[in-house]
Amino acid sequence: MQRRVIFDNRALPYLLLAPQVAVTLIFFIWPAAQALWQSVHLQDAFGLRSQFVGLENFQAVLSDPNYLETVKTTIVFSASVTVLSLASALGLAVMADSKIRAASAYKTLLIWPYALAPAVAAVLWMFIFNPDIGILGRALNNLGYAWDYRLNDGQALTMVILAASWKQVSYNFIFFLAGLQAIPRSVLEAASIDGAGAVRRFWTITFPLLSPTTFFLLVVNIVYAFFETFGTIHALTHGGPGKATETLIFRVYQDGVVNHDLGGSSAQSVILMVIVIALTAIQFRFVERKVHYS
Amino acid sequence: MTRDRDTPRSGGRLMDIVPHLILMLGVLIFAFPIYVTIIGSTWDAATIGRGNLPLTPGGEMLNNYASAWSESQGNRVMHTPVRIMMWNSLVMALVIALGKIAISIISAYAVAFFRFPLRMVFFWMIFITLMLPVEVRIIPTYEVVANLGLIDSYAGLTIPLIASATATLLFRQFFLTIPDELVEAAKIDGAGALRFFLDVVLPLSRTNIAALFVILFIYGWNQYLWPLLITNSAEMETVVIGITKMIGNGEAATDWNLIMATTVLAMLPPVAVVVLMQRWFVKGLVDSEK
Repeated sequence: MQRRVIFDNRALPYLLLAPQVAVTLIFFIWPAAQALWQSVHLQDAFGLRSQFVGLENFQAVLSDPNYLETVKTTIVFSASVTVLSLASALGLAVMADSKIRAASAYKTLLIWPYALAPAVAAVLWMFIFNPDIGILGRALNNLGYAWDYRLNDGQALTMVILAASWKQVSYNFIFFLAGLQAIPRSVLEAASIDGAGAVRRFWTITFPLLSPTTFFLLVVNIVYAFFETFGTIHALTHGGPGKATETLIFRVYQDGVVNHDLGGSSAQSVILMVIVIALTAIQFRFVERKVHYS
Repeated sequence: MTRDRDTPRSGGRLMDIVPHLILMLGVLIFAFPIYVTIIGSTWDAATIGRGNLPLTPGGEMLNNYASAWSESQGNRVMHTPVRIMMWNSLVMALVIALGKIAISIISAYAVAFFRFPLRMVFFWMIFITLMLPVEVRIIPTYEVVANLGLIDSYAGLTIPLIASATATLLFRQFFLTIPDELVEAAKIDGAGALRFFLDVVLPLSRTNIAALFVILFIYGWNQYLWPLLITNSAEMETVVIGITKMIGNGEAATDWNLIMATTVLAMLPPVAVVVLMQRWFVKGLVDSEK
C-alpha cells in the first residue's frame, strides 16, 4: 500500500529513521552476522586466534547425542506447552463467551497472569510444589507419592511444562475471545434453529471459523515455548536434574556463557535463527493470504 | 455487550452452571499460587521453612515487607534491597517502552509519509529484527555490548531491546489509514512534515500509543535472560532476577518470607498496569500481533 499525498523533504526521512536503523544495525544485524561468522570458525580458549572450519561446528553440534536429547526435550516441552495452553484457553474462552452473568469479571480474573514474568510464574509454582515448603508438594509426599522435581526427570519436565503453560493461557484466552466475538451470530442461530446442539455447533461452525486465530496462536505459542520460557526453566530447575529440562535456548546459554564454547554456541544460535525465520515466514504467508480474502 | 442477547440458547438455567463451574475452576487455578504467596509473605521464615504454612494470614507482614524493601541482609541470605531492584526494573521497563514507541513512531512516519531512495531497504532491515528475538543471538549481542563498555549500565540493559519491528509495522499500518485529504489540507495551510506530525499524527495516535505502552512496559519489566547476562553488580539487579537469586539453591534454610514478599512486590506494577489499562491492553495486543 502506498499513500498518494506525501511530503517532500530530502534529509528528514533519513533523520527520522536514523535511531531505529542505528539500533538495528548495532544490536541486531551485527550480532547476527557475528553469530554466522563464529559458527564457521574455531576459536582457541583465549579467543585470540580463530580458524575457518566450515560446517564442522554444525556437524559437531548435530552429531552430539546430548544435543539430540535436548532437541527431543524441546519438542516434548514445546508441544505440551502449546497444546495444553491452547486447549485450556479455548475452553475458558468459549465458556466466558457464553451468555452468563459476571462474564466480564471472569475475563478480568483470567487475563492478569499475562502480566507475570515467566520467571515469577515459576517462583509461584515453586512455592506450591516445592517438596519441602510447598503445600501441594508436601501433600503429595504425605500421600505416599515420592514427589521431588529436583531429583526426578519426569517430574521436573512436568513441572516446567505446567508452569510455562499456566502463564501462557491468559494470552491465548484474549485472542480466542476476540476470535469468538467476531463470529456472526446469525450463522449460529441458523444452526440452532436447524436443531444443532451446543457441542455440534462448536465443532462444525465455531471451531472451523476460529482456525485463523488458532493457527496464529500455534505459531506464537511455539515461539514462546522455544525462546521465552528460559526464565521459567532457569528459575525452576536450572535445566536439571541432569539435563532433563534443558531446551535448545537453555543450551545456547549454557554452552556460550557457562562453558565458553563460542563456535558451538554460535552454530546453535544459527540453527535457532533458521527455526525462527521459518516460523515467521509461515506466519506471514498465512497472514498475507488472510488479508487477500478479506 | 448487546450481542450477547442474540446468542442461541440450549437448555435452561441448569446449563449455565457448567460455564460458571469451569470458569471458577480456571480462576481458582490462576489465583491459588498468588494466594499462597501473599499468605506466605505474612509469616516468619521458620514457619514457612518447616513446611507448615497455614492458609490464613500471619502477623509478620509489615516486618517482612519492610525488611525486603530496604535491608540487604535477611536472617540467612544477602540480597539487594527490593527498593533498588524495583527502581532498576522501573527504569528498564519505562526506557524500553517509551524508547520503542519513540523510535518506532518516527520511523513509521518516515516510511509512510515520504518517498526516498532506499526506503524499502530500510523497511526490510527493520522488519528483519522481528525475526531475531534477543534470545537467539544472545552471545554475539552480549559481545557487542561488552565491547561498547555498556555492561552493568542502564544503556546496556535497555538500548539493545529498543528496536521494534512490531511497533513500527503497527504505526505504519495506522498511518496508512490517515486520509490523504488531511495531509493535503495541512500542506495547503503551509504545515511542514514536522508540524503535521506534532499537530495531527501524534494526537491521532494516542490510543495506539497507550495500548503499546502497556504491552511494552510489561515486556520490559519481565525481561530475564538479557538482564541476567548484562548485569553483574548487585546495584544493577532487576527484581525478576533478584528473586531467583534469593532462592539460590532453594534449601529449607532460605528466607522464604522475604522471597514471597519480594515476589508480591515484583508482581504489583505489571499486574496493576494490565488491570487498570485492560481496555487498551487488549486492543493493543489483538491489533499488534494479528
